[in-house]
Amino acid sequence: MKHAQATTITNGRLVMPDGEVTGALRMSDGLIEAVGPDVAAHSDDQMIDAKAQLIVPGLVDLGVFAVDKPAFHFGGITRAALMPDQSPPLDLPSRVSYIAKSGKPDLWVHPLAAATAGLAGQQLAEIGLMKEAGARGVATGRHWIADSGVMLRLMQYAAMLDLVVVSHSEDAGLTGDAAATAGEMATRLGLPSAPAQAEALAIARDIALAEMSGARLHLRQVTTKDGLALVRAAKARGVPVTAGVTPAHFMLSDLATGEFRTFARLSPPLRSEDDRKAVVAAIGEGTIDVISSGHDPLGAEDKRLPFADALAGMAGAETLLAMTLTLVRDDVIDLSRALDLLSRNPAQLLGVNAGKLEAGREADIGLIDQEKPWIVDRRKMNSTADNTPFDGQPTQGRVTALFKGGQPIAD
Amino acid sequence: MTSTENKSLTDRYQAGALAFPHRDLLGVSQLERHEILYLLDSAEPWVELNRQSSKRSDTLAGLTIINAFFENSTRTLLSFEIAGKRLGADVVNMHAAQSSVKKGETLIDTAITLNAMRPDAIVIRHASSGATQLIADKVDCPVLNAGDGQHEHPTQALLDALALRHALRERGEKADDFTGLTITICGDILHSRVARSNILCLQALGASVRLCAPPALMPDGVEAIGTQPFYNFDEALAGSDVVMMLRLQNERMQGQFIPSAREYHHLYGLTMERLQRAAPDALVMHPGPMNRGVEIDSEVADMLDRSIITRQVEMGVAIRMTCLDILTRKARGMEGWS
Repeated sequence: MKHAQATTITNGRLVMPDGEVTGALRMSDGLIEAVGPDVAAHSDDQMIDAKAQLIVPGLVDLGVFAVDKPAFHFGGITRAALMPDQSPPLDLPSRVSYIAKSGKPDLWVHPLAAATAGLAGQQLAEIGLMKEAGARGVATGRHWIADSGVMLRLMQYAAMLDLVVVSHSEDAGLTGDAAATAGEMATRLGLPSAPAQAEALAIARDIALAEMSGARLHLRQVTTKDGLALVRAAKARGVPVTAGVTPAHFMLSDLATGEFRTFARLSPPLRSEDDRKAVVAAIGEGTIDVISSGHDPLGAEDKRLPFADALAGMAGAETLLAMTLTLVRDDVIDLSRALDLLSRNPAQLLGVNAGKLEAGREADIGLIDQEKPWIVDRRKMNSTADNTPFDGQPTQGRVTALFKGGQPIAD
Repeated sequence: MTSTENKSLTDRYQAGALAFPHRDLLGVSQLERHEILYLLDSAEPWVELNRQSSKRSDTLAGLTIINAFFENSTRTLLSFEIAGKRLGADVVNMHAAQSSVKKGETLIDTAITLNAMRPDAIVIRHASSGATQLIADKVDCPVLNAGDGQHEHPTQALLDALALRHALRERGEKADDFTGLTITICGDILHSRVARSNILCLQALGASVRLCAPPALMPDGVEAIGTQPFYNFDEALAGSDVVMMLRLQNERMQGQFIPSAREYHHLYGLTMERLQRAAPDALVMHPGPMNRGVEIDSEVADMLDRSIITRQVEMGVAIRMTCLDILTRKARGMEGWS
């Protein structure tokens, strides 16, 4: 698509990979044409004054369960990698190609192909054909693949196709029907629980298989101290493994499940305070590469139930940026690193030409008022559902304008 | 008896609703020590009444109580039904088996439906932890938890405390609370709401609580709750003043937790020989139903002087009467409770 008029955003704080720079960004023909302190607008450009707000690459949300455009746009998300756990699952090329076109033009959805037919964990799905249909990765879905033989063959195949394998790290033999992490809180509430080590067990195996196969392994959520230690050690050995997390696991511990609050029923379940602190430290030191929303809007019929009977998941797209900015305010990370976690790293894993303020990249751009205070209110969400575990939480940082491919997205 | 009890109550507790400022009874975790003692003390007149030939009171005359049992029960349901009837209330039982739950109605809708019939109290048992709280949030009347999943069974803990208090008093011991007593709870702690409510209640009344179970049936974090875990029953028994046995809740077990009932009895069954390891005259309790020959031998369960298992059942009716009485005082417009 050719656009006659270019747009220049001036007077902004550009969040570049190596730091913050005051300057301007010029977009034309859907791409970033120039970015930096010395960029000047052309005489016939449309001009936007950023008024010293942040100029950032649009967020790339790696691993959402629903395409929820209003929520994504509110949260500054211009690209979302959709998990294959759809109805029906994304295990056929036709479904993948349909999804790949579904959000355009103002939201690009990158399907993650189901690793196995029906996500049953047994028969490999047609991953090669799904790649050609637009899949940007292959995912095990909400559950791990219990059969190590299947997992190895999957990873060998994905390595050949150079597709990232997005894995769920919980040993299902240990977790069973658990709704909580074993510990004092689960015991007091009488909830079926599983030891936190179910995560480390799954991660240890998948790292071993990644080393054997050479596949790029992305552990979508690493939420425990033991799991993070395995990732840290594997990275030090040079294993191509990356780790993600959602804000729930660095903001909340299992204390949030008190009173049987089903909005805090998540997968994996919320962990101990020690594990939460380990996640924060891992984000700071670089063991965690990606922060995603895990966006999974669920209605009352799935949440207004006894805790263990409720479905696991949270609507996270609208709070992803603000919660991540709390880590900047707490000096865990700086702004550049925050945008690496939210945008540059996931874009790189998916192999898409975005996620970075650099000439030649897709002009997916957000303006952020970093200090703007607001309160998360589940009654005022843009999402299709209100299941946020952060309801009532005061926070800061809001997207004030968003561009996809150089085109402004209306509120 | 009744008048002196009532007098002592007014001396010992704050007046009216300040003595028990809760609309619902969802768990022992919500109760303060003085509130537990208030319930126990208030139950004493009902114990007396239940021992008369005429057991009728008109305290709750004209009130409707729904016993909504989403999980099978014999003794708890019967106990609540008798308690309500002795207080003169109209008691209706709803069993899950004959309810619209089978037709796909959600728990919330069932609660709203029950609420629309304007009961004065709802007694709920449900297989999921937290289900009673979920219902309590949606109805206008007091809700009594008769057991929710593996979470709590508060009236069981209260009746256990009352039975223990009576047994101790009959032996001439002071039993205002259980300070100084060591109480061992042995069995399927993991799946037991009775254990959870009893831990909180006994601790609030000053007892030291030991837990004994094979590792697979011992929940995590019990030390943080202030109990002492044991895998070896003999070690747990040493010095115990009270032994509370629990059955294996096979209906809640997914997969195998112990090798066999025979082996379980060998390691964790309360036999006469094993009971000798506890303190002299140690009391034996069991919330029922018992599996004789598995967690407890008949000769132990049937000891007239030391087993208070049938007394627990007796106290159950009195405790449920007092809970129904106290929770409906506001609706009945009792002075100081509205």
